[in-house]
Amino acid sequence: MIGSFFTTRFNYILGWARKYSLFHYPYITACCGMEYMSTAASHFDWDRFGTGWTRFSPRQSDMLVVCGTISHKLAPVLRTVYDQMTEPKWVMAFGTCTVSGGIYDNYAVVQGIDRIIPVDIYIPGCPPRPETVLDGLIKLQEKIQKQEQEWRWKKRK
Amino acid sequence: MPTRIQKEASEESLLLNMGPSHPAMHGTIRIMLELDGERILNSEVEVGYLHRGFEKICEHRTYFNLLPYTDRMNYVSPLINNLGYVMTVEKMLGIEVPERAQYIRVIMSELSRISDHLTCLAAMAMECGAFTVFLYNVKAREFIWDVIEETTGARMTTSYIRIGGVRADLHPGYKAVLKKAIVETRKVLKDIHGLLDKNKIYLNRTRDIAVVSPETAISYGWTGPCLRSTGVYYDVRKASPYAVYDQLDFEVPLGERGDNFDRYMVRMKEMEQSLRIIEQAMEKMPSPSPSKLMAEALEPAEAIKASRTKRIEKEIKLSPNLEGSERQKYLDILGTDKKYVVPPKEDTYTSIEGIINHFKFFMRDHGIRPPKGEVYFSVEGGNGELGFYIVSDGTDRPYRLHLRAPCFHIVSALEEMIKGRYIADVIPTFGSTNMIGGELDR
Repeated sequence: MIGSFFTTRFNYILGWARKYSLFHYPYITACCGMEYMSTAASHFDWDRFGTGWTRFSPRQSDMLVVCGTISHKLAPVLRTVYDQMTEPKWVMAFGTCTVSGGIYDNYAVVQGIDRIIPVDIYIPGCPPRPETVLDGLIKLQEKIQKQEQEWRWKKRK
Repeated sequence: MPTRIQKEASEESLLLNMGPSHPAMHGTIRIMLELDGERILNSEVEVGYLHRGFEKICEHRTYFNLLPYTDRMNYVSPLINNLGYVMTVEKMLGIEVPERAQYIRVIMSELSRISDHLTCLAAMAMECGAFTVFLYNVKAREFIWDVIEETTGARMTTSYIRIGGVRADLHPGYKAVLKKAIVETRKVLKDIHGLLDKNKIYLNRTRDIAVVSPETAISYGWTGPCLRSTGVYYDVRKASPYAVYDQLDFEVPLGERGDNFDRYMVRMKEMEQSLRIIEQAMEKMPSPSPSKLMAEALEPAEAIKASRTKRIEKEIKLSPNLEGSERQKYLDILGTDKKYVVPPKEDTYTSIEGIINHFKFFMRDHGIRPPKGEVYFSVEGGNGELGFYIVSDGTDRPYRLHLRAPCFHIVSALEEMIKGRYIADVIPTFGSTNMIGGELDR
């Protein structure tokens, strides 16, 4: 009994630590990148929410922020970047193009990045306003806090 | 399938792949380098990672409906894209635009130009390691977007400039916001000059690097700030003035050497000129025609009720924002030709003619139908000459639409620009070309 108490407390603490130190890899391709820049820079500053500054290396980042249209030519690259990231990792689909393909319903564009990688939070908008992005980020943090965390010496059933 | 560079490379050299997920490659371009140590022997640039089928999709949209797609081409300066497309269609149809709308268009496109240059320089400086410049530039851009947002209702993708004019009149309090934006931008520009102009690190990475001669630039089809940095005097606003640019006084800054630093400097000076243009346009803009007494106007609910029995002559109270534009304002900003302009909302809701006009405008095969023929028109975009070529077959959607993207021509010279340089020089060189994926790959 007492062991499980410590396990849940540890789970909670780990979630708390992880949600406030989200190093992110911005995968910027298109228009949403401009709003990403606004969100990340001083006016809206999502560093306030613990989304620490950009890591342009997939192996050192926790969150993949996919901003902008992913075409079929770019899809394998995105998949590779996702695979290179180490666990635990989360994916933010930033903007309608990544959520569903958006207004580009045609031969060239992937109709939502969830066809190639798993997505944790969808942020709609074309492009989403920085406030929307911050709202999405807070929702992702709630999700991270509540989810079951993984660690190396965890007992697995 | 081996690429050109893989076939041609000598056995001793090293092949290195840069991008598309490289931070300086903006996620949408791949440069394959053949290296001797750090020196670039040859390179091959691969584009097309952001091909979104813009030109094809336009063939399936009506002239009115494809406007939002033009926003998302050069997404750093969407309003200039709107303007270019709209003016091409206007040329096709032969529409006259009210003067106030012309001035609003000029203000909006200059604001977009500033935000374009700010973003380009922000990215370029950040990739050279000058992170403060990035933060300052994005700060200034926020103030500019505040002005745009107040009037158009959106920060970036506005679809504000419409065929025949603009969608809404300027916000009543726009002057204060615009003046604040101008002051803030001037402050930031001064700061940037102080941070970068004599900065040893920045100069070492930009001065005399990737020098392009005027002949080379012209042969590649360069336009815009990059061409002017080589010393060629060509600006669409001066060469073939559109809107009211011929009535405004501004200079076209030129560079001397055509290196990275000149491209930076030309952009900085151009922003100052853009601010000047905005100030002049604010002064010269004709004031809106005096509105009739709004006290007599009816409330919207009353108007709808009254319109059930008889035709109403009085004006209808509607807030002067995008949700309810008013008939009287249309004279100043949109014109009243029912063929090309969405009828005012109060007409649509209160009179049968209005509703018929509305349906005729939006119904398939009934909307804007330009005469058969083809037309080319260009405006000065953030990167250079932004041209639209439209072929019309007399239906309500274009038979073919081609975009002359300025940065396509600039990026095509990249291989030559980085040849013989070091790997580190690729980053500021590529940054100074201001590659915009949406425009490049369309």
